[in-house]
Amino acid sequence: MTERPERFDAIVIGAGHNGLVCAALLGKAGKRVLVLEAGSQVGGATVTREFADGFAVSACAHLVYQLQPAVTRALDFKPKYAVEGLDTVALDRTGAHVRYAGGELRGAGAGDTERYRDFHRRMTRYAGVLEHWLNRPPPRLATRDLDDRLGLLGMGLRLRRLGKRDMREFLRLITSNMHDELDEHFASPLLKGALAFDAVLGTGLGPRSPNSIMTYLYRLAGGGELAVPAGGMGLVAADLAGIANNAGVDIRTDSAVARIVVETGRVAGVETVAGRRFDSRTVISNADPKRTILELLGARHVETGFTRRIHHIRMQGTAAKLHLALDGLPEMPGLEPRDYAQRLVIAPDAHYVERAFNPVKYAEFSPRPVIEMIFPSLRDTSLAPDGKHVMSAIVQYVPYVLAGGWRETARQALIDTVLQTIQPYAPDLESRIVASELMTPADIEREFMITGGHWHHGELSLAQCLFVRPVAGAAQYRMPIDGLYLCGAGTHPGGGVSGAAGRNAANVILERDKT
Amino acid sequence: MTTAKTYDAVVVGAGHNGLTTAAFLAKAGLDVVCVENNDYIGGAAVSRELHEGWIYSNCSYVCSLLRPEIYRALELHRHGLQVTPYGGSLTFMQNGDYFGSYYDPEVAYRERARFSKHDADAYERYAVDTKRQCRLIREFLLTTPPDPASLQAKDLLGLWRIGRALGEMGEDRLYETLRFWTLSVADYLDEYFETEVIKAALSGSGVIGTALGVRSPGTAYVLLHHYMGDVDGNIGTWGYARGGMGAVSAAIAGAFRAHGGELRTAAGVERIVVREGRAAGVGLTNGDEISARLVVSAMDPKRTFLSCMDRGDLPQDFVHRIERFKTRGSSAKLNIALDGLPTFPALPKGSTLYFSDMHFVDSITRMERAYDDWKAGTWSQDPYIDAVIPTLVDPTMAPPGKHFMSCFVQYCPYELVGGELAGSELAGGELAGGEPEGRAWTDADRQAFAETVIGQIANYSPDFRDLILHCEIRTPADIEAEIGMSGGHIFHGELTLDQLLFNRPLPGYAQYRSPVKGLYLCGSGTHPGGGVMAAPGANAAREILADLRRPTTVPESFGDD
Repeated sequence: MTERPERFDAIVIGAGHNGLVCAALLGKAGKRVLVLEAGSQVGGATVTREFADGFAVSACAHLVYQLQPAVTRALDFKPKYAVEGLDTVALDRTGAHVRYAGGELRGAGAGDTERYRDFHRRMTRYAGVLEHWLNRPPPRLATRDLDDRLGLLGMGLRLRRLGKRDMREFLRLITSNMHDELDEHFASPLLKGALAFDAVLGTGLGPRSPNSIMTYLYRLAGGGELAVPAGGMGLVAADLAGIANNAGVDIRTDSAVARIVVETGRVAGVETVAGRRFDSRTVISNADPKRTILELLGARHVETGFTRRIHHIRMQGTAAKLHLALDGLPEMPGLEPRDYAQRLVIAPDAHYVERAFNPVKYAEFSPRPVIEMIFPSLRDTSLAPDGKHVMSAIVQYVPYVLAGGWRETARQALIDTVLQTIQPYAPDLESRIVASELMTPADIEREFMITGGHWHHGELSLAQCLFVRPVAGAAQYRMPIDGLYLCGAGTHPGGGVSGAAGRNAANVILERDKT
Repeated sequence: MTTAKTYDAVVVGAGHNGLTTAAFLAKAGLDVVCVENNDYIGGAAVSRELHEGWIYSNCSYVCSLLRPEIYRALELHRHGLQVTPYGGSLTFMQNGDYFGSYYDPEVAYRERARFSKHDADAYERYAVDTKRQCRLIREFLLTTPPDPASLQAKDLLGLWRIGRALGEMGEDRLYETLRFWTLSVADYLDEYFETEVIKAALSGSGVIGTALGVRSPGTAYVLLHHYMGDVDGNIGTWGYARGGMGAVSAAIAGAFRAHGGELRTAAGVERIVVREGRAAGVGLTNGDEISARLVVSAMDPKRTFLSCMDRGDLPQDFVHRIERFKTRGSSAKLNIALDGLPTFPALPKGSTLYFSDMHFVDSITRMERAYDDWKAGTWSQDPYIDAVIPTLVDPTMAPPGKHFMSCFVQYCPYELVGGELAGSELAGGELAGGEPEGRAWTDADRQAFAETVIGQIANYSPDFRDLILHCEIRTPADIEAEIGMSGGHIFHGELTLDQLLFNRPLPGYAQYRSPVKGLYLCGSGTHPGGGVMAAPGANAAREILADLRRPTTVPESFGDD
């Protein structure tokens, strides 16, 4: 064929939520943008899909809590939620559950209630510093560039605005671990367990690991209020796609990109698996950094030191998902009717969470995992047939590589382990199961094309954040080959349905075009 | 009885840091008395004869971090300190092989290449990168950390100096530094090496004395506390103090006395006296009171403020923050008198590796599992041991033909959880809610612990057990009881980033001063932390002399170039 390739101002690889945010913002700025998505629907890991006949679920992320106000403002985007301001219910085996939402704690001792309010206020204050940092590209260090220096100064000033006492406390906490902090403040084991879980959700850390307070602050940055999107996560993506379309963005599904085309030492476009070529001098990848550089671009186009750093990104997922189709809600002792629509957590104490973490270091899954469960169908009838329900659970810790491999017996053993763990809290759950689906990190990798099945496209740790995310020397979304950018969760500020990476990347590109 | 005399300063605790502060203050002409609870000096830098004819370095056992500036300024050689370098390390493997690290670079290369050519080459890169971090930190060991929240000139100047040192590294190196300070030692080593035993051999230095595992973020930094020292300018080299580690304390004490200082042993401090908001002296356990214009505590922060002071003399918030200073001991020691040199069949006859640090854990996984045991409230069932036989180099510590073996053990808890020989991974109850309760060590526990360690060594040395004449067992609880370190923490507090630099011991109190006028800290609980470095003691003396507006006697950092 000699047909001339179509030409765009920018091509975005992958219609994950960050890719869509980036594309929409570029489109709004008048760019001609093409988004190529491998799957048959948009969303990437923000997706709703059927997993059993008549039952649908948010297949990866299932709660929204980090969507950045800066992003929704920029896109004039009002996400539709089925439930907002969810409680976290820390489940107790005897039914004496502890509930918290925002700074309000119920069901623990009076001392804890007071201290939790204060703890939450302080942590939210510190998270505010992070929020400021998250919504702009990190400056480069040790350069003579004025913008970099102003950027650093801005970060420093934001820190100083905390005041002397809080600034010191922030600098201490940011490297510290959640376990000690919780032990110091609270008495209720249930509360400590649930907060410890909050801190390590989706990471390869235990509550005792230094760094686990930073991940907790990350969770709070952007509000920290939990919401279940109406229609599942897929509708968030669909809405974003709608905004992008309105801005003139061309989104094509079932169009997997095979490679990024390099000509005369710079990016010239992309080629799809089907062999179609699209031209653009700006290619923005929403795929993870490893996939982008090592598979789509090819290591030969960047220098070896850079490739080595990309290789060293730690991105092995530790969280699995279990989806259950149920013929009715299970009976859960001690739960009030409204509780079923909240976030239910099995993490009886912080030591339990730490013990659950141990096996994943040795390529085993937890014999007693920590679990976050929601019944999204309760307030959203589109997800299950009448009277029937869906349970969506995050199960931690589950290794990407399992010793002995992820055979069918191992998968079944994991499902059994999860059900056994839930059993004391919901004795009749098993009898209500119509169908189930397990997604290990290996499955997440396969379905969403995220290397290692890590939701955040790379471990969120001090050694992989800010100036060194995804890797040193490429934290400003620009890759070391002309015309190639990243906009996914693998870049600053990382994962969660936040949209910040997509917005920051778009801003970098728009800034570039100004000059 | 109360002495009528008022000293310029009383230093509490005659460990190496207390003695260092005392010596520098005496050198500046102050009238200083140093009081020590035990009837011997040295704290944890001590030599003791606990079995007739044998001298044990029964706490710290090797020497490298002692700042050369201090060695020279106090003329420690004149007071009998002699440090003999020794080389290498050795890791025994479960398959009967061993991995040796040799002093001679070519032999060392050949040995690494025996396992992996890739790793042998990567080691060069590793050594250069790690030494770069050493050079960065060495410059700041003998300085007071600036307070980043302060706008005072000296703090801004201090910050600017750090900024300049970082800036001089250049952009790429700076990012590397950032990562180095926050990575786990296992991840850091993974970036260089592929051979398990080589990684295991190097990883130990990232967790010694630390209540973290090799996979915990922040442990790469701890490597520095074992690499940044030197013997006679050879960075990274370790040595033995002739006559045991007590020789270090004895030499500093010698310098202190030579400058007119007064040393009192068996003089335990019961309380630090505060009058009208100022430290005014100390009350001893025997009822005596020593009055002084300044009090300097070499004890750890918790013992200083929580055990030896009236809480009413301190801000409430400060007390609360000191209570949470992390001092969970994780290391233990066995000091063993041997009837002869044990044989290690894995080693070639006459191997120089007999002189080296011996280790018995050959994979990162085994290292990490050792930590899991500690978290569960028991000692490691497969412990990391750093064993040395100083008597091969130093004949003064044991009768001819006999030997002293020092076995440092990681991990060992301060309190145990669960029933006897807890051990099991599910100690504390598999499903039980609530927190595991700690309990004190019993004699049976201590024997079982010693047996675990001896068994680990005997696996590689069939005659080892029969050669044991005497064995001193020191769990963190023993260390606390004898030397006073809270929690038995050998560094007086965890060396994690939240307790380092301007955070050590607390943010806002990292400059050796306390909330009480005239009361200072000079122990390992202050910057730059533990190890027989004497830097905290020297830094404290510098700050004290500055407050007194006296010319300093404390030397500046040499710098490396």
